[in-house]
Amino acid sequence: MQELTLADTYQVKAQDYAMAGDASAAIKRKLKQLGVDSGVLRRIAVACYEAELNLIIHSIGGTLTISMTPSEIKLASSDAGPGIPNIDQALTEGFSTASEEARNLGFGAGMGLPNMKRNADEFHIESEVGKGTQIRMRFHIKQG
Amino acid sequence: MTISGIISILDARVLCGEESLEQEVNSACGSDLMSDVLAFVKNKTVLITGLTNVHVVRTASMLDIHCIVFARGKVPGEDVLEEAKESGIVVLSTRYTTFTACGLLYQAGLRGSNECETKQA
Repeated sequence: MQELTLADTYQVKAQDYAMAGDASAAIKRKLKQLGVDSGVLRRIAVACYEAELNLIIHSIGGTLTISMTPSEIKLASSDAGPGIPNIDQALTEGFSTASEEARNLGFGAGMGLPNMKRNADEFHIESEVGKGTQIRMRFHIKQG
Repeated sequence: MTISGIISILDARVLCGEESLEQEVNSACGSDLMSDVLAFVKNKTVLITGLTNVHVVRTASMLDIHCIVFARGKVPGEDVLEEAKESGIVVLSTRYTTFTACGLLYQAGLRGSNECETKQA
């Protein structure tokens, strides 16, 4: 079992645009302090920010969890609803179900999930309408 | 080019970050959609945008974008400038439209992020 150097969970509230980005900024700061390579850090920052925004824009509220071992960083997003009816469609670049409010703020480009998938080394998403969405991402850290 | 160079080309005024104008910029992105910015930006990028809300600064901050130019003479609220200052981002405002501002910078040699990557390949 690899040593865990970081394990934090952040609550993200639905529709909380005022706080949008706060959890991601805190995670980015911590990882930077821990000396994570800047290239990996950038990919995690993008994935994390997109995950946080998705929780705010689309979910009924949820959590972001970050954990780190010497060889990888794991980032997970979890919510209890509303769930995604068609995951393939949601993963399509440009497809968005964002509200008018979100679009007026500059969101809803339909790149959230694709950006997460592209930046993570491993990306898994599970979702069920009425139950919620779980996203798990892994980022490999260079050894030595 | 440096941020000072961008100020000259765009006849821009500095809204905050006066102490950091000699920083290098090697690519640019023009967009009002946050996720498009997140999809395509690499480092040392200047963002040209017409969207003046605080999310532009937060998105820029996640990507280490160190300079934002607001087009069409737009000036964001104090709350936006405060966040930009805290994040160490230089904020400029130019009277040019987004299209013209991007065109002037392209003419001066700045390229988009994905174009930079292709060149290095």
